[in-house]
Amino acid sequence: MDRALLADLRAALGSDRVRAEPLELHLYGRDAGVDVGEASAVCFPATAEHVVAAVQVAARHDRPFVARGSGTGLAGGATPVGRPVVIVTTHLNRVLEVDEQQRLAWVEPGVLNLDLSRAVRHLGLHYAPDPSSQQACTIGGNIATNAGGPHCLAYGVTAAHVLAVDVVLADGSVAMLGGVTPDQPGYDLRGCFVGSEGTMGLATRIAVRLTANPPEIRTLLLDFTSIDDAAATVSGVIAAGIVPAALEMMDAEITRAVEDFVGAGYPRDAAAVLLIELDGLEHGVEAQVERVRAVGSSHGARTVRVAADEAERALLWKGRKSAFGAIARIAPDYYLHDAVVPRTRLVDVLRQVYAIASEQRLTMMNVFHAGDGNLHPLIVFDGREPGIWARVHAAGDAILQACVAAGGVLSGEHGIGLEKRDAMPLVFEPADLDAQARLRDAFDPSGRANPDKVLPQGSRCGELARIPEGAWV
Amino acid sequence: MSPLERDPREADLLDAERAVAAQVGAADAVAPVGTGTHREVGGPPPAGVEVRAPVGVVMYDPAELTVTVGAGTTVEELSGILSEANQECVLDPRDATATIGGTLACGLSGLRRLRYGPLRDRVLEVRFATAAGELVRGGGPTVKNVTGYDMPRLLVGSFGTLGVLTRVVLRCQPRPMHAQWGHTSDDPATVLARSFRASAVLWDGARTSVLSEGHPDDVVSQIATLGLEAQEGPPPVPVGAHRGRASVAPADVIAVGRSLDAIVGARWIAEAGVGTLHVACDEESTLADARQAVTQHGGWLLREEGAPGLDGFGVELPNAALMARVKTAFDPTNKLAAGRLPLAPREDARIAS
Repeated sequence: MDRALLADLRAALGSDRVRAEPLELHLYGRDAGVDVGEASAVCFPATAEHVVAAVQVAARHDRPFVARGSGTGLAGGATPVGRPVVIVTTHLNRVLEVDEQQRLAWVEPGVLNLDLSRAVRHLGLHYAPDPSSQQACTIGGNIATNAGGPHCLAYGVTAAHVLAVDVVLADGSVAMLGGVTPDQPGYDLRGCFVGSEGTMGLATRIAVRLTANPPEIRTLLLDFTSIDDAAATVSGVIAAGIVPAALEMMDAEITRAVEDFVGAGYPRDAAAVLLIELDGLEHGVEAQVERVRAVGSSHGARTVRVAADEAERALLWKGRKSAFGAIARIAPDYYLHDAVVPRTRLVDVLRQVYAIASEQRLTMMNVFHAGDGNLHPLIVFDGREPGIWARVHAAGDAILQACVAAGGVLSGEHGIGLEKRDAMPLVFEPADLDAQARLRDAFDPSGRANPDKVLPQGSRCGELARIPEGAWV
Repeated sequence: MSPLERDPREADLLDAERAVAAQVGAADAVAPVGTGTHREVGGPPPAGVEVRAPVGVVMYDPAELTVTVGAGTTVEELSGILSEANQECVLDPRDATATIGGTLACGLSGLRRLRYGPLRDRVLEVRFATAAGELVRGGGPTVKNVTGYDMPRLLVGSFGTLGVLTRVVLRCQPRPMHAQWGHTSDDPATVLARSFRASAVLWDGARTSVLSEGHPDDVVSQIATLGLEAQEGPPPVPVGAHRGRASVAPADVIAVGRSLDAIVGARWIAEAGVGTLHVACDEESTLADARQAVTQHGGWLLREEGAPGLDGFGVELPNAALMARVKTAFDPTNKLAAGRLPLAPREDARIAS
């Protein structure tokens, strides 16, 4: 069966663009998450036509397909389930057009997030969503997960920055969703597609909004002797009528790890630090700096350091963005969680998260987007230790439940993928899941676009349980 | 049970929503109505049982910068409540007595879109009554969320054809410290290039009006940088018996404006940098001419008032087959706001009915 599939893929794309050797199949059997699957073939299209051809071949053979960018996803969204054709977008990596006047760019899905901002820097523009993996992750993957990042607090997540997407639907037909006009007649299909984790089709060309670089930027580092004080400062800043460009929190463990790793000048003895960025026009920014300083001091901030120049600012951010490199020095494995709670519940939920870690005897660090309540508990461990995975998973489940009980949601920016698929009933009723399943079916009646992701089995009311051949889950 | 569910106002709202869902489920044809301010937008007002969404602000914690409201609440009422905490939700329909549900269903983004983005970026969670009479929730109450598909964006601008909105969670923001309108004879492209985060840049072919919001000193300096003459409030948005909203690529605004200038009797104002143009006139044929001018530039024009002969957008719906599948998935018998969107019925829809 695979032989005929491979032959057709190779005929359509060229034999050097289709791989099925054991090493490739193994490498592309997972993303940066923990779930493992198995591909039947891995394709490396270089043009949109190649993508269409690959999807059409998969359709002809009635096989599923999975889109994959750099594989930095953490929820198993790119993990192949049901021996699908994996379509890797990393060779579709051209910035096709930069429209300075309309402040937009047309890009291929494999363009790396940071490369786009670099490509437009000389115009005083940037691409605002900035996930921590921005040096490695692709714009296409960002669209699949509706990715966030520190600066999404003020600038909005990926969905607010995507204007149009050329997509290949599961039947191999193509459609442009959205457009460069401010609105399109009829339903916002572009809005549905963003964040659909590859289950509605595959993007081949994307128009994104570019954002003007702010004339003034101030980056502040506040340090605290208690994590509660830091969290209270977060609420205090928002209550003061300030929505910073970014508002990040790091706890004691991660602050020390980062400082040992990059030497950004973070205080090694702090219980928590806040990294706050304010941007805009001169007077507003200066007034906000003073206000944040006052709010921090009233909540016991030990020091408030304002980056004196661009080099110091870059260093402070380097600390934050190196967090995941830093922890590799502590233990070989980590499990990074992603959940969101109402901002006012941060202190309470953080306490529960630490209690869960200590109950399961796990090392836990927290480095997260405090301003929008987006928690990222990070469990650091050695996977070779007997029984450790069970504890890691138990802690993860307990954390999710605590977040949902506080009125939160399952994911802020990583997506549902395989990892949280079966937790969806924690936040959605059967009728809610049925509506989502109907929407997915409208885009892909065949169910071959990244099957078994996002929605749990049985989401469609009256759906027959259908486990695809070769599923590992 | 989340803490939200224990709020007594929440329980009352939920009861009201269930009643709406039952009403929708039982009817053969449903006409969602709010305060009737935008009944003529798009297609003809649908026939059927009039269904009204529940009213009231249910949950508002200024520290969260979010608010939960019944979709039948008016924009005016919500603004009043948010302003007590010096916050706002950027919903700027032409008529503030419009309901929030109606504003969202019609996709009315308002004049400050240049800075604050489209309406759809403001909606965090929706609950709506389905054709089958169920209540469905999509999105989530937090400011950041990728838990499942983005149902809120699907519902915004859907004209009530997929479900009747019963409640929404909206993102709020601190009110700007200061706001000032000013105008200049410079063309809008020049103004856009020289301004930073202007809230609105409106152009009527002769005059460019700018709204600057923020710290008072920054507002003063922006007004000076752009050489603006201060003015009280926004420029008039044209009125007339026949009105429409056009959408074109932002780069085409000047060319489209010039084309509209050539049409006798067409009054218009454009949102520069956005691509929306508001057109009004006294004769239906004038609006038809305006629509033709807009479509020649690759845009479309939605009838908002009057002009009974100008239903729809003046262009074919893009991806009509896919949209029809979405419609069929939610409303297989086409009973919700029938005719508000020019969707062709599908074979399988007829079978399902």
